[in-house]
Amino acid sequence: MGKIVKYLTIDLMKNWVMIVFTALLFLATLGFFALEGQNEKAVIGLLNLSLLLVPMLSLIFSITYYYNMYDFLLLILAQPIKRKKSIFSLYLSLLIVFSLSITIGLGLPLVLFNPFSTSYLLLLCILLLSAVFIAIALWAAVYTNDKSKGIGLSLLLWVYFVLLFDGILLLGMYNFAEYPIEKYVLFFTFLNPVDLSRIMVLMQTQTAALMGYSGAIFKQFFTTQQGLSIAVLLLVSWVVVPLMFAFNKFKKKDL
Amino acid sequence: MGQVETKKNAEALSMIKFQTLLLLFCLQFGALFSKSRTVESSSVRNLQSVFDEAESGDTLLLKGLFKVSLLKVNKPLFIIGKDAEFVSKDGDEILVIASDSVLVKNIVFKDVEASFLKDRAAIRLLEVQQVQVDNNQFINTFFGVYVQNSSNCIISNNTLQGKAGDEVHAGNAIHIWKAERIEVINNVAEGHRDGIYFEFVNQSFISGNISKNNMRYGLHFMFSNYDIYENNQFENNGSGVAVMFSKHIRMLNNTFKENWGGASYGILLKEISDGVMKHNRFELNTVGVYAEGANRIQIDSNVFVRNGKALDIKGNCMDNKILNNNFLGNTFEVLTNSKGNLNFFEGNYWGQYSGYDLNKDGVGDVPHRPVNLFALITDKIPAASMLLHSPLVHGLDMAERIFPQLIPEQLIDKKPQMKPLNL
Repeated sequence: MGKIVKYLTIDLMKNWVMIVFTALLFLATLGFFALEGQNEKAVIGLLNLSLLLVPMLSLIFSITYYYNMYDFLLLILAQPIKRKKSIFSLYLSLLIVFSLSITIGLGLPLVLFNPFSTSYLLLLCILLLSAVFIAIALWAAVYTNDKSKGIGLSLLLWVYFVLLFDGILLLGMYNFAEYPIEKYVLFFTFLNPVDLSRIMVLMQTQTAALMGYSGAIFKQFFTTQQGLSIAVLLLVSWVVVPLMFAFNKFKKKDL
Repeated sequence: MGQVETKKNAEALSMIKFQTLLLLFCLQFGALFSKSRTVESSSVRNLQSVFDEAESGDTLLLKGLFKVSLLKVNKPLFIIGKDAEFVSKDGDEILVIASDSVLVKNIVFKDVEASFLKDRAAIRLLEVQQVQVDNNQFINTFFGVYVQNSSNCIISNNTLQGKAGDEVHAGNAIHIWKAERIEVINNVAEGHRDGIYFEFVNQSFISGNISKNNMRYGLHFMFSNYDIYENNQFENNGSGVAVMFSKHIRMLNNTFKENWGGASYGILLKEISDGVMKHNRFELNTVGVYAEGANRIQIDSNVFVRNGKALDIKGNCMDNKILNNNFLGNTFEVLTNSKGNLNFFEGNYWGQYSGYDLNKDGVGDVPHRPVNLFALITDKIPAASMLLHSPLVHGLDMAERIFPQLIPEQLIDKKPQMKPLNL
């Protein structure tokens, strides 16, 4: 398994998309800090950018890579290697390369310019988020047989997590505005890793004061050690659950 | 009507200036004819008797540490310290001034204890006129200077340092209740409940003060008309500055800074009318200006920088003019809770303006709608604030500005500036 991961990782690192992605993140981070006089605003701007960009790229790139590597996977499976191991090494190498790219592109300038806990939390959230969306991509890839369907599904998922979910939630809140819905809203954020990471980071910044009463409730949850650990655990479970589905399907799939 | 009021305002100002000159003149002139006496703490057992035996207009030069309380000044005296320190003997008030024309200068006041029965103050001005409290230091004195039913007094160059831990055990640094023509100039107030407190104070002048790190308000202003405050700095107070139930207030060149928190604002304008706010700077406040029932106020040439909400102007505000201000880097520029608009916005620079200027006259060709849809939504549904900075919200906001449905259609700036105004 180690060898497969090694070769895949080296292959991925040579991929120009990853290099461009790293460079883009790096330049964007530098740009935000250069243009925004206030570090906190830069962090919020970066949060916005990476919450859009990282899920999208993780999804589309991973799913494309899966299809491109399909023949390689078949070749590997011809060897006495377990199916679960082979797909796990694919996941792992994607994760390693994305993590590296995010750490260099986003993390390095972030920690240099703003070496505070908010930056570290932002980095952690984005890393976890890419892990989540690579897992979701693999699941989508395993479930669909042809490439165009897979990419279509991944785009749909991206739209759902980034836009649709918020829209549905807003509609729901509009209809139940008369009720004390803060705690339920908190629960609903757990159902979307993008929202969860956004709120987690926002709550560490001064922006929290803008949110009034409900902000106070979120803050109460997300600034305690316990709340933060629960949130991180939830993000981790967002990695594990789709991955389990993907593995199970891959095990039984007629390749 | 407006003109009459302006004239009245101007008259009030010149009145204040005249009174001040007169007061200063009297104080200086009086000093020429009176006796001067040095009082050392080591040689005096009872300071009260020294005060009682002195003649009107005498100058007492005090030296050393005095442990006193409820010291009463019954006649015009010049009490000047030379390294003098007044420490409250039993935690009660230190100096009670019950006579006109008194000067208290260069003295350090210390350790007045908090009380729940009485508003104890280091210096109390009790129904007097022409008193000046100048260049003193107040350390841990519950209430610093307490002016009660007095007129034509000056409180200047004092430093007031409170050690209040919470709002309940704290007094106000400069507390003025029922007074006329008072000048509060160049004081520094810190660590009290309210930095400067005005109640029923007319035709007064607050200038050059620094009020910071107070529990509640930097400046608390109620039922006070025809006052002017300028060049003050209000920083990091519990809830900023409150100006309430007052008329004809002029607020010029003040700085409101770093009042950040769930219930904080730079300045609260509640039930006030016919005021002028010019050349003020609002920086890093949760809400820059919070206006409720404010009428006919001219908000002109101010700078709003990096506030959460720059201007929260409620539906019961009427005929306010918001002109030529700079709004830079605020999360929300204007917030209101009404679909209509009874105020007038023009010629401001808005950081969030995205229009163009084809004829290059410096004024944007498309009007700007400063109200943010999301600010309105969260105002109605607080729980929706969890979607702050969500891409969906940004999208909705953009669409709403182009085709307004929910945001007040008339709340527009028809002449948005393309570049920040030079303020």
